Amino acid sequence: MSSALSLNKTRSRWLTFGLLALGLALLPFLVDAGLGRSWVRLLDLALLYVMLALGLNIVVGYAGLLDLGYVAFYALGAYVYAWLSSPHFGLHLPFWAVLPLGAALAALFGVLLGAPTLRLRGDYLAIVTLGFGEIIRIFLNNLNAPVNITNGPQGINLIDPVRLGSFDLSQSHALFGYTFTGIHLTYYLFLLFTLMVIFISMRLEDSRIGRAWVAIREDEIAAAATGINTRNLKLLAFAMGATFGGLAGGLFASFQGFISPESFNLMESIMILCMIVLGGMGHIPGVIFGAVVLTLLPEALRYTGDWQRNLFGRIYIDPADLRMLLFGVALVAVMLYRPAGLLPSTRRRREFADAQG
Amino acid sequence: MDIFLQQLINGLVLGSVYALVALGYTMVYGILELINFAHGEITMMGAMVALSVIGALALAAPGLPGVLVLASGLVVAIPVCVALGLVIERVAYRPLRHAPRLAPLITAIGVSIILQNVAMLIWGKQYIPFPAILPQGRHTLYGASITDVQIAILLLATAIMLLLILMVQKTRLGRAMRATAQSRQVASLMGVDVNRVIAATFAIGSALAAVAGVMVSAYYGLAHYYMGFLLGLKAFSAAVLGGIGNLGGAMLGGLLLGLIESFGAGYIGDLTGGFLGSNYQDVFAFFVLIAVLVFRPSGLLGARVVERA
Repeated sequence: MSSALSLNKTRSRWLTFGLLALGLALLPFLVDAGLGRSWVRLLDLALLYVMLALGLNIVVGYAGLLDLGYVAFYALGAYVYAWLSSPHFGLHLPFWAVLPLGAALAALFGVLLGAPTLRLRGDYLAIVTLGFGEIIRIFLNNLNAPVNITNGPQGINLIDPVRLGSFDLSQSHALFGYTFTGIHLTYYLFLLFTLMVIFISMRLEDSRIGRAWVAIREDEIAAAATGINTRNLKLLAFAMGATFGGLAGGLFASFQGFISPESFNLMESIMILCMIVLGGMGHIPGVIFGAVVLTLLPEALRYTGDWQRNLFGRIYIDPADLRMLLFGVALVAVMLYRPAGLLPSTRRRREFADAQG
Repeated sequence: MDIFLQQLINGLVLGSVYALVALGYTMVYGILELINFAHGEITMMGAMVALSVIGALALAAPGLPGVLVLASGLVVAIPVCVALGLVIERVAYRPLRHAPRLAPLITAIGVSIILQNVAMLIWGKQYIPFPAILPQGRHTLYGASITDVQIAILLLATAIMLLLILMVQKTRLGRAMRATAQSRQVASLMGVDVNRVIAATFAIGSALAAVAGVMVSAYYGLAHYYMGFLLGLKAFSAAVLGGIGNLGGAMLGGLLLGLIESFGAGYIGDLTGGFLGSNYQDVFAFFVLIAVLVFRPSGLLGARVVERA
């Protein structure tokens, strides 16, 4: 009886899994047909943000270290990619060599940032990491003279797309009788990396390390008393988060073909944090949900421009301006009414219920 | 020598503005242990409102003396900022007073995004010039020059800080504030209306921010919807440098940060053989912040233990 039930359960799990896989595989074509090509591009971006959000989730959600300078690691990954495969230095290394390098450099900086800040509490840590993010950005902005390293505010152009041998991922290809455009192929590449990040996150969550992080988040002193090496584990959290940030940065650089310090300002850090907070900190489905919603929402808000034109005959508020305003409102509202996020984990929901009562 | 003196003057003037903003951070932190992230935006709002009033008045009544126009700008800006501060405290912070620490910090970030974008919708994205209503006098002092505006900022900031110290040390409200900062619970047991004290703290901090905002825009000659962000961050660094929660510390930290910035920007080119220029001015505040938090988290004057669980 019970074995039949579990067999049934396994089967239905495989069925869900299969359907999900099929859906994800077909998604770009459905979106392309239904909403247009620009939305496929957005899908690529959404995957990128899922990676970033999951990376930050390790630092903020699991280990409870509020990091407001996360975008610095994203920037490092992107700049490493740009330096090593663009005409800027005349280097054109293949992406499978450059991506790990960028991720590794980001991880190194994660440890460099983590080491001196280990002793700091929540909001102090937030400010220091914010300062770190700004320092990186200011240097990226100014390191064009006397030696041109970053090309300053103009940024770096003509970055190589991802290439496997002679297979250029940014070009259209005919495969199995279908035509795959660059953005479709990029989707599958990003999906692959995203699934990898999700897998690592899931395994981490259930591991000894993940439980140690949660213990540190809940009560650092108690965690240390039970024999957890809080210093090493906090550094590991910074390094892991930074690695994912660096990876996403490299992918971003190859995808856009152009990067400048503008893309890596504080707002970007805050946006990634919003994705986690709105979705549900420390909860993988919640974080993915938050990242997808917040990436697609601004595009949807673009329609408010049309509504305004239809209703009033002119556009009063530029939809792009409205977007940040609504972000602010959403942040405050979610914190006030659903402090655990829209899709919280059960543990977290209970914690917040306790805190209220 | 004249460069040294010039940087000293610039640093002191800038530092006294930082000090005024830092006081707002430090007072709120002392009582609520909350970083009022929106404080920088309140400063910006003060500058914007005052500039609008000043601009309108300068157009409507060109004959009025500049000081009077400036004063009327302040008279409008201060109540607006105080109201803003009170509303923010009531709506965004008070409901979360017993929530986990992350929650109010995130609403604070949210509020600051809202204020920035509201300002952008009202005043647009362009820089707003400060009307030329103030005396443009310039004095030479041992080879360095100091303007009337700079002198006025120094004097006004000093006067305000002295008044604030007097208020905190001598009045009933000041005593209630100090008691609340020591222990909210015990203070309320002694009959202090803690909510009123907290509201008063926000009101005073916001008023200081309004004045500081006007000073900054008069000093640089312009205002911008994004000006509050960096200013707030630097002022917060100043508060941390002096020892957060400590009024004297915020003043000292502000002045020191101003000096570090102006000397840093003045001499970094010579020190690094021209590799780094004065465009790195904004980096110093962050390096100071990180260095202080790493080596002396309680700040220069702070006796409070920062590393609490």
